[in-house]
Amino acid sequence: MPWKKKSPAQFKGEACVLFPLSKSFPAARPNRVVITGAGIFTAFGPGWQINADGFRAGRTVFRPVTLFDVSHQRSKIAAEADLPAELPATKLAPNTIRRLGRASRMLVFAAQEAWSQAGWNAEENLPVVLGTTSGEMSFGEQYLQQALQSPHAKRRQPTRVIHYQIQQQGLELDNAFGFHGPITVISNACASGANAIGHAFEMVRGGRAEKVLTGGYDALCQLTFAGFDSLQALSPTTCRPFDATRDGLTLGEGAAILALETFEHARKRNAEILGEITGYGVATDTHHLTQPHPEGNAALAAMAAACACAKVSPDQIDYVNAHGTATPQNDATETVAVNRWAGGHAKKLPVSSTKSSIGHLLGAAGAVEAVVCLMALRGQWLPPQISLDKIDPACRFQIVREPVDAKVEMALSNSFGFGGANASLVFRRWA
Amino acid sequence: MSRVFIDGIGAVSPAGWGVTALRAALEKNVPLPIQPVARPGWEKPLFVRSVPPPAARPAFFAHPRLRRANAITQFTIAAALEALGETVSLVQSGAARLGIIVGMMSGGVNYSRRFYEEVLKDPATASPLIFPETVFNASASHLAAFLNSNAICYTLVGDDGTFLQGIALATQWLADDKVDVCLVIGAEETDWIVADAINLFHPNSVHSAGAGAILLKKDSSSGAIAELAAVTDSFPFTQRQTRATAACKMRAQFPPGMKNELLCTSAQQLPRLDTAESQAWSDWTGVQVAPRAILGEAFLAATAWQCVAACDVIRQNKFASANVSVVGVNQQAIGARFEKPAF
Repeated sequence: MPWKKKSPAQFKGEACVLFPLSKSFPAARPNRVVITGAGIFTAFGPGWQINADGFRAGRTVFRPVTLFDVSHQRSKIAAEADLPAELPATKLAPNTIRRLGRASRMLVFAAQEAWSQAGWNAEENLPVVLGTTSGEMSFGEQYLQQALQSPHAKRRQPTRVIHYQIQQQGLELDNAFGFHGPITVISNACASGANAIGHAFEMVRGGRAEKVLTGGYDALCQLTFAGFDSLQALSPTTCRPFDATRDGLTLGEGAAILALETFEHARKRNAEILGEITGYGVATDTHHLTQPHPEGNAALAAMAAACACAKVSPDQIDYVNAHGTATPQNDATETVAVNRWAGGHAKKLPVSSTKSSIGHLLGAAGAVEAVVCLMALRGQWLPPQISLDKIDPACRFQIVREPVDAKVEMALSNSFGFGGANASLVFRRWA
Repeated sequence: MSRVFIDGIGAVSPAGWGVTALRAALEKNVPLPIQPVARPGWEKPLFVRSVPPPAARPAFFAHPRLRRANAITQFTIAAALEALGETVSLVQSGAARLGIIVGMMSGGVNYSRRFYEEVLKDPATASPLIFPETVFNASASHLAAFLNSNAICYTLVGDDGTFLQGIALATQWLADDKVDVCLVIGAEETDWIVADAINLFHPNSVHSAGAGAILLKKDSSSGAIAELAAVTDSFPFTQRQTRATAACKMRAQFPPGMKNELLCTSAQQLPRLDTAESQAWSDWTGVQVAPRAILGEAFLAATAWQCVAACDVIRQNKFASANVSVVGVNQQAIGARFEKPAF
């Protein structure tokens, strides 16, 4: 026997208390999944109202990058956020707060807003599902710089290692609000935030969790900025999704968090319901690591799957928040996919990309855009793209170009990422 | 109630390419040799356990998507193909919907470090060929493309225990009928920057690399290797729940233990690191094995090796069941249990 054997004694019989695998199997009847808390932080600032005002007016918040040197890059602007000096009150210790990076700070802002709105208790066992592409990448950058420039200097390096790791941001949420629960981080490139919300939706819908705290976050960092610049994916001019002369995306940063729970649970505690998630669909595009297939089959499949999950047809969707990065390839593919998906409804379908206002938030994009959909559903307005000049003639749908009030019962949000990660979510107004 | 079976296993490790090499190393129960890795600015190197070159160049290296693929992607695909076995053709022909879950902690750190070094020298000339490979989900994307799989595909990032969260997620996808079969893969690659970071906290811990894969299937035929009996809850390490408490809670979800059961732990035979887990399992008097002590610390890949080893001993009728215990680097304690399938 090659294995290490400690003793031949045999255990005797207490009852097995294993986590039953049956917990993996869905509830016989799917739960309705409602949103009882929503928090957002973008370059508009922290909080629902300032963001709702910005998106409703179609304001843009791009400015020269100050966080790192971009003098050698093609693009020199981003939607860089101003972080307030103080974090909102949480259970985080002052020592911990001092060590938090930009991504964590924006995440705590968004989570605190969602948490307080939901009115959940601190002691509960609560799953957290987050999406991000790079977590606190700036700590990794600092670690490497110091390791190369001053190899024997160890000051601050342990802290950088700890806070660089993506799971740490999930643990910080646990600590900030005083709960325990499994932390799941999905890193599916630019679809990460939507995948996180979609996964949380499926957990609640399937009866695997009564409540889940979910969302996405990403901060600007030099590696990512230089990476997109190296691909010539960044716009040297202005971010103009679905414009005939679009020339690339503009990066942004931020976070958004949703508190999801079963309708029954929310009703029992008389919680205010902000909206409902009714559908989630995913598909993988295997065409290329960074370019979508021009026919948009995977994007179409994700939208169709989300609608099938929600049991709605495209003509019941009143607004699409497009992925709309403003790169030539993404928008061309998404245009084909939306045209195919909406069919005859396309000519009446309002579509906009709020990346024209706050840039591409990568792992946070899907989560922030989910909150934008909620805002539109609650406020009965559509977020416009003011910077649009000349609409790409391939678009058969209606690009929202001016601030407008509208009857919005259902909204669909698209998120498509590197590696072919495609995800769509369907939201319904709560009335 | 539907049951979930392990239909295939695969591994790439410092012991070599394949489950056979992994099994041989674990049966020998001797730590594998270490190799020096240069660290800029230091005369003394760090030491790692690297994956040896494959005996023959795998055919998949020639795939157009994989010409520039990093080591972690190569390990991922090799382990996945071994686990898939003949199921590959079913997936590639579209006859079976394959879910893919790839888990990692450090990810494609080699290209990330190289790319950022290029950025520091001159961002205007940083390579656009490298950057896409730095993205966490590059390996999963390459695997999906190689297999022509359009079904659901997630990349999970977290500490060692995240691999077991991936297994729990796979059972959900199978139960929801999202997929017919599901691959769960844990993968890591070595780099001096990761070894340097580990060295800050645990100088005696040896960084290593590789991948492990298990193929899960619902309602399998009698050819299944093992049955997934359970995955425990995940117990996070928080301000109010220490690593030791989390480990004990995880252990409490297992049965006490019986003859002919194996315990496969995440221990590295480093007292300070192993304390929480060894105390949690102090009542265990049966057989146990610690793959990390032999193969090195490869985070999610090492947890995958634990699961592969657990399933392998069941397949070989050495044990009727095997418990996998993971007390992770900094996130969670979590476990899983595999049993001999009874039909």
